[in-house]
Amino acid sequence: MVSIALKRITKDFAKKRVLDDVSLQVENGEFVAILGPSGCGKTTMLRLIAGFEQMNSGTIHFNDEIIASPEKNLPPEKRNVGIVFQNYALWPHMNVEQNVGYALKIAGVSSDERRRRSLDALATVAMENFAGRAPADLSGGQRQRVALARCLAANPSVMLLDEPLANLDVHLRASMEREFSDFHRRTRATMIYITHDQSEAMALADRIAVMDGGRVMQFARPHELYREPRNEMVARFIGNGLVLPVADLQRGRADGTVNVDIFGHRSEVRARKDQARLAGASIGVHPDDLKLADSPAEGFAAEVERITYRGSHVQVHFRPRHAPDLSLSLHASHDRRVSAGDTISVCVGDGWVIPEAA
Amino acid sequence: MTDIAAVMPRERRPAPAFRLGPETLTLGILAIFVATISLAPLGRLALTAIAPDGTLDLAGTWSVLARPRVFTAAMNSLYVALASTLLAVVLGSVAALLTVHGNIRFKAAWVFGFVLPLMIPPQVTALAWVQAFSPTSPVLGLFGLAMTPGARHPLFSAGGIIFLLGIYNAPLVFLTVRAALRRLPANLAEAARASGAGNLQLIFTVLLPLARAGIFAGAAIAFVSAIGNFGIQAMLGIPARFPTLITLIYQQLNSYGPSGLSDMAALSMLLSLITVIALGLSNWLGGRGDVRVEEGGRPAEIGLGRWKMPVEAGAWLYLAATLLLPLSALFATSLVKGFGQQLGWDTLTLTNYVNALFHHASIRDAFATSLLLTVTAVLLLSVISLVLAYFISWKKGALVRLIQMAAELSYVLPGIVLGVAMILFFLRPLPLVGFSIYGTVWIILAAYLSNFLALSLRPLLGGFSQIDRSLEDAARVAGAGFFQRMRDIILPMLAPAVIAGGIIVFMSALNEIQVSILLVSSSARTIGPMIVFLEEGGSSTLAAAVGCLMILIVLALMGIASLFAGRLPKGALPWRD
Repeated sequence: MVSIALKRITKDFAKKRVLDDVSLQVENGEFVAILGPSGCGKTTMLRLIAGFEQMNSGTIHFNDEIIASPEKNLPPEKRNVGIVFQNYALWPHMNVEQNVGYALKIAGVSSDERRRRSLDALATVAMENFAGRAPADLSGGQRQRVALARCLAANPSVMLLDEPLANLDVHLRASMEREFSDFHRRTRATMIYITHDQSEAMALADRIAVMDGGRVMQFARPHELYREPRNEMVARFIGNGLVLPVADLQRGRADGTVNVDIFGHRSEVRARKDQARLAGASIGVHPDDLKLADSPAEGFAAEVERITYRGSHVQVHFRPRHAPDLSLSLHASHDRRVSAGDTISVCVGDGWVIPEAA
Repeated sequence: MTDIAAVMPRERRPAPAFRLGPETLTLGILAIFVATISLAPLGRLALTAIAPDGTLDLAGTWSVLARPRVFTAAMNSLYVALASTLLAVVLGSVAALLTVHGNIRFKAAWVFGFVLPLMIPPQVTALAWVQAFSPTSPVLGLFGLAMTPGARHPLFSAGGIIFLLGIYNAPLVFLTVRAALRRLPANLAEAARASGAGNLQLIFTVLLPLARAGIFAGAAIAFVSAIGNFGIQAMLGIPARFPTLITLIYQQLNSYGPSGLSDMAALSMLLSLITVIALGLSNWLGGRGDVRVEEGGRPAEIGLGRWKMPVEAGAWLYLAATLLLPLSALFATSLVKGFGQQLGWDTLTLTNYVNALFHHASIRDAFATSLLLTVTAVLLLSVISLVLAYFISWKKGALVRLIQMAAELSYVLPGIVLGVAMILFFLRPLPLVGFSIYGTVWIILAAYLSNFLALSLRPLLGGFSQIDRSLEDAARVAGAGFFQRMRDIILPMLAPAVIAGGIIVFMSALNEIQVSILLVSSSARTIGPMIVFLEEGGSSTLAAAVGCLMILIVLALMGIASLFAGRLPKGALPWRD
């Protein structure tokens, strides 16, 4: 296995910039997820690492060796990467064992040895009894396992996974998630996992690179992304976050907190230790952090716009009195009777001052 | 596990971005090949037409084209091509509507019969129809409708040419209109029904307008095929003294030999110009109006109600008239000793077949030459078009587009134009080998490769569009190089499409006459023109026997191909419903 470094990569497609000065360092044996909405450049990044595309500037390093730069480019067949494709890409004219053993055949491994290693790889994903089957006779989850085994049997330096669960139904997705996680624990392979599903990325990855508009927005551990988003994009994207404007940042009671004015009401929220005092900033909160306050003194005043019944709770849509242009919502239990036109008081349970917006 | 350091050169000196890898090399060879067989000959033709002596001489070109007989021939060509296209569009569209939307019985068999004329060499078709209307016609004789001896043959006329070209090209329109109708979902027709439209209103206000792209595409193919159809124009037009551009070019070579080449080049350019303008015009007409639909689902069925029986009867009567009538006449003629004899137990003989197969050396040689050329062309084109389709589908670029355009151009231009271009380009000795391939089989092979490349490419492009590119990407990351991927991944997956393309090329090359008619010599003769030579030499019965043998070969090929039908891409075999 290797460590992978992407250094200042820029890639244009027909004058459109799809990757813009992207740098990323993936450690040996690490499981990294590349997360972002469609069109953010994540698939291009995977194809660059695999060697299917060439960049306009920047370099890619495997263990400190340059394997790709605008001048020279090691072709995919020489990079020793493994890919699990979104549509599995199993060759329909070969059976499961032939699919898994193809890379070994190309490498000139003897047929006995090939058979042993193919079956080993299939055993890792509990598919050794399907060696003689045609891919067309397998279910979606089984194909996914074979694709994984094929990738594994080639003993690649790095495994690239391109939205491998996107074509599976919800049920299967949960069990495959566990499989991937086990698989990584057993093999300690360096894995780069492309996805647009944040819960998948959170569940699996050691670290997640959030991408948007061809740039890496933040590269951090899952809980850091959730609790300490570096910019507004991450704050909004992760966990359906909300971004609220705040004013008059003052030192908080403890280290790493500040006292801010949220729509006319002062609250304590978390912030970087070195957060400067400012006249205005933005904070990231999650929907569950907004709560109905018991008395008007505990929160900011707002006007209820409408109520949506959601079964386990009701969703209250409201506009803060200090910012009537802003439409927000919170979840309330059924025993709190509110209706459209009421004035309520909303408190912010937890928030984080977004450093880059400040 | 492979160590990255081992496969990477240690030095950091940047290698040149352009490497002469196997892919670049293959593409280069493809480009040279297409340039040699297609671009260079056609370029030479254009140059000869406008600058016969090396300097631009438009006045000279004009003096060739301004001759009254050229003008007449051009007008005749346009007239028969347009009129027969109209006939083909009507017949083909009705057949497509009937088979896609009508609930007629034995549909598959009817489709087979309707498309069959397309598979039969046009000169054989012409010969069969000529026999059908002869005084000894067995079928017409049965009804007492046979012609009186001595009367002018009704098919030796402009009307006869139009009639035969129309019937011959109707399947071409049928195939494109059928494809266009099949992609219309049933709910469009159901919505029209719910709005109160009857059968005819449905057809004329919804189905046909939405199929317009298919109709115009079919019309364009029919026009191009008609104006370049040497078999029918020569077999009927020469005896009728009805000159067209294509027969004029043929007679020019016969009368003056290669010395008349610059005149022939000018005529060929005129013919090409008409072809290209017609294609552009139909493309423009067919492309107007928005006909985008959500594809999928079964096409709507139109119940024929009490008209079912008459419509079915009419459909089968059409097949009887266009297939049985001519073919039975051809078969009958092939079984008698001398032309004009009535077929009966006392005149029945297999002499013609024995002569054609064993005694007539030139016929035997022609069969052998055609078979050899056809098999060679199929093998070469299978490999070439597999690789070319790979580049066209997955490695787009300016050079690839140019190669594809050149292939398409030498396919749509009339075969006789290609023949003239080949003579012009290959008349002089080749630079390395030192002799000219004019008059040998090699020039015919070159013309076949040029003419049929686009034909064998088509099913492969369809095949590539059906497989996902990631299958190749997966092989690349497994470490497979270009040729390994071609052998292990791409060829096995596209084998059915390669076979389909091979069959289509095989039948086209065996049937063709217009490409090789100018290129044959006493030492290199193909079977297609043989029938014209035999008929011109007065051996009608022998010509009929050769024609029947060719139809037999075609039917056998269709049968063999149909065995693979289940594994072929849909639409690869045109005669399958």
